[in-house]
Amino acid sequence: MAEQGKQEYWRWPEGTWVNPGIDWRKGRIITAGVDVGSVSSQAAVLVDGELYSFSNTRTGSDSPDSARKALSIAMEKTGLTVDHIDYCIGTGYGRVNVPMAQRTLTEIACHARGANFMYGPEVRTVMDMGGQDCKAINCDDKGKVLNFMMNDKCAAGTGRGMEVFADLIRVPVWEIGPRSFQIKKEPPMISSTCVVFAKSEVVGLLEKGVPENAIMAAYCSAMAHRIMELLNRLGVHEKFVITGGIAKNEGVVKRLEKELGIKTAEKVWHKPAYKAYPFDTQITGALGAALFAEAMVGKGKVKSVRKT
Amino acid sequence: MQAFYGFQDGSGDWFIIIDTDKCNGCGRCAEVCPAQALGVGEDELDPLSGKHIACVTEGERKKIRYTCAPCQPGYGEEPPLCVAACEPRAIFHSEAWRQSFAKK
Repeated sequence: MAEQGKQEYWRWPEGTWVNPGIDWRKGRIITAGVDVGSVSSQAAVLVDGELYSFSNTRTGSDSPDSARKALSIAMEKTGLTVDHIDYCIGTGYGRVNVPMAQRTLTEIACHARGANFMYGPEVRTVMDMGGQDCKAINCDDKGKVLNFMMNDKCAAGTGRGMEVFADLIRVPVWEIGPRSFQIKKEPPMISSTCVVFAKSEVVGLLEKGVPENAIMAAYCSAMAHRIMELLNRLGVHEKFVITGGIAKNEGVVKRLEKELGIKTAEKVWHKPAYKAYPFDTQITGALGAALFAEAMVGKGKVKSVRKT
Repeated sequence: MQAFYGFQDGSGDWFIIIDTDKCNGCGRCAEVCPAQALGVGEDELDPLSGKHIACVTEGERKKIRYTCAPCQPGYGEEPPLCVAACEPRAIFHSEAWRQSFAKK
């Protein structure tokens, strides 16, 4: 039988990065954050509060396994092991299933803190668009949550909707953003925000012979509109940042900016020393968890569990 | 800060709102709640503060609309038991129940 290649269109590529400028052996406090989401899992390792490494991988059917995988990728080839870590915090949808974590925190607190570290203390509104929920968070200059709105009941306007859509039209999810701008005129948005109804509407449009790029544009603007409703209820303040997978989709981000009339912050590290480091919007939660772990160990609120 | 517990769906906003600055963690709301939907725990949105405050228990957050319905105007006491029990007035219920259940 002929081999049938199954190409996946719906997930962002995986990645890992290790800071070449830090030797963890000289570090005093090593902390880790593991963010097990519904679609992807991330791990971040901090040495004395400085970013040492991070990884971004996919969540499999086994959450503890995904958590282990994410952390082991982040520590790959560095000689670092779980036994060297002072404190580890789990976060995200699957946070109760992070076996090496000493405690768990909600992703809301972690995203606010992570965004504060990544984009700087001027951040006031964080929009996290995850795999199956989206949350808008208002925070202060220390990354403390002031209030938030979360939609985790429905997949409309979340990454999952975009994945279903990418799979349906067979376009890799990272191409949807750029291609949604290769159109002559902005099409009317997909009228339904429900993923299931939107999918059948897209099938209808395809049958009518509407070009793929126009359909992508229509879907991106529907999503941007849906997110805007959530943001409007909470109130948006500058600096406004988007984290999570959808932040990488400029088709949604630029349309959202246009509707809101507010620009999102540039995707560069706030710390000048970090300028050359890769910027991944998906690691915000894991980074925030690791920062919380660092603060807790540093302030002596929790005991280090380091074994070696 | 205001902690929103609940969800929004096509028929409205179903939220229990707890003002974490006002809440003193006495736990009286948890005692009177007939559905045991409230509990007292560490402030999960500001874990470094070490404060203990009331929250809606994890399992109830996605079905709060139905859990809290028996206490709403038109069905139960007014104000709802947890709101009445809260001395610092830190608990609020969103308007959706009132709008859909109250006798006209």
